[in-house]
Amino acid sequence: MGKIEDLETINGEGYQLTTLDKAIALARANSVWPLPFATSCCGIEFMATMGSAYDLSRFGMERMSFTPRQADLLIVAGTISKKLGPVLKRVYEQMAEPKWVLSVGACASSGGIFDTYSVLQGIDRIIPVDVYVPGCPPRPEQIIEGVMNIHELVKKESNRRRYSEEYKHLLESYQIEIDNGQEK
Amino acid sequence: MDKKNNHDYLSAIQERFGSEVLAHEESFGMLNVELTPSKIHDAIAWLQADQELSVNYLTNIAGVHYPEALGREFAVVYQLHSWKNNIRLRIKGYLPKENLHIASITDLFDGANWMERETYDFFGIQFDGHPDLRRILNMDDMDYFPMRKEYVLEDATREDKDDRFFGRNNIEQ
Repeated sequence: MGKIEDLETINGEGYQLTTLDKAIALARANSVWPLPFATSCCGIEFMATMGSAYDLSRFGMERMSFTPRQADLLIVAGTISKKLGPVLKRVYEQMAEPKWVLSVGACASSGGIFDTYSVLQGIDRIIPVDVYVPGCPPRPEQIIEGVMNIHELVKKESNRRRYSEEYKHLLESYQIEIDNGQEK
Repeated sequence: MDKKNNHDYLSAIQERFGSEVLAHEESFGMLNVELTPSKIHDAIAWLQADQELSVNYLTNIAGVHYPEALGREFAVVYQLHSWKNNIRLRIKGYLPKENLHIASITDLFDGANWMERETYDFFGIQFDGHPDLRRILNMDDMDYFPMRKEYVLEDATREDKDDRFFGRNNIEQ
């Protein structure tokens, strides 16, 4: 995982060279600050994932961020009602780039068993999702699998993702205003 | 002091409201009284004010939809409790779907405020005199009353129940 040996490097006596992209990606992947947006039983499983038995801090993730402004990864664990949808979207919008979203469990991914008028049928109707974790609720091992998939994305992601046309189109399709740090 | 029982309550209500009592029954030990909807506010005010009956606590307000019952499609159900006599009773009023108006009892019980908003939210029953009758649980831009039986329970926008996703239908659509 987070070993410097994993990187493509040029090694010599007393020095090691790689590209800045890769070095930054490695650092990012091993210090992802998650924002747990937990509403129900998936949240309980996520608490177990954070706890000492499964121990998310092995991944440099023990620091839960309860403000979206200092979070890299939005972990949505649980049923999101339609009334809560705008709140979730607001939280996502407040996160600084780069940001990723992990959808934990059947409810967050598709509405799950709650096929009813009050429940949002999957959070991907309001915000883009990077990794879906199936299960009702998923076991901590599954959540860790999802987190590790996020790490893979983080490692491979270009530092310039937010400038890409593809990303702009994606956010436009969700009607989310993009703040890429450039002058408008 | 003798505590009053269901029978005492029923005879007191009948004596006071006479023909306004449309029906009554006792189910699972709880007294049910159906009153003319326009008299319900007065009846609850009187039950609350009466020293002997002392109905001092509003447990719940709910709505029921009976689409087959013509002219009385919607019921408003008040569950009340007398701590003094340890008696619970249920007051019902039936409304026709064309005229879903009933007097608010927020002037009697402050707790009725949110209960009436909830009943409005799910059934569309208008509580006249309510200070702020708007949706409470559902999202504000919902355009129907979801507990009415003409609306399906399922979310209309759900896509993954399509049989194609379960291998039950081989026809390409």
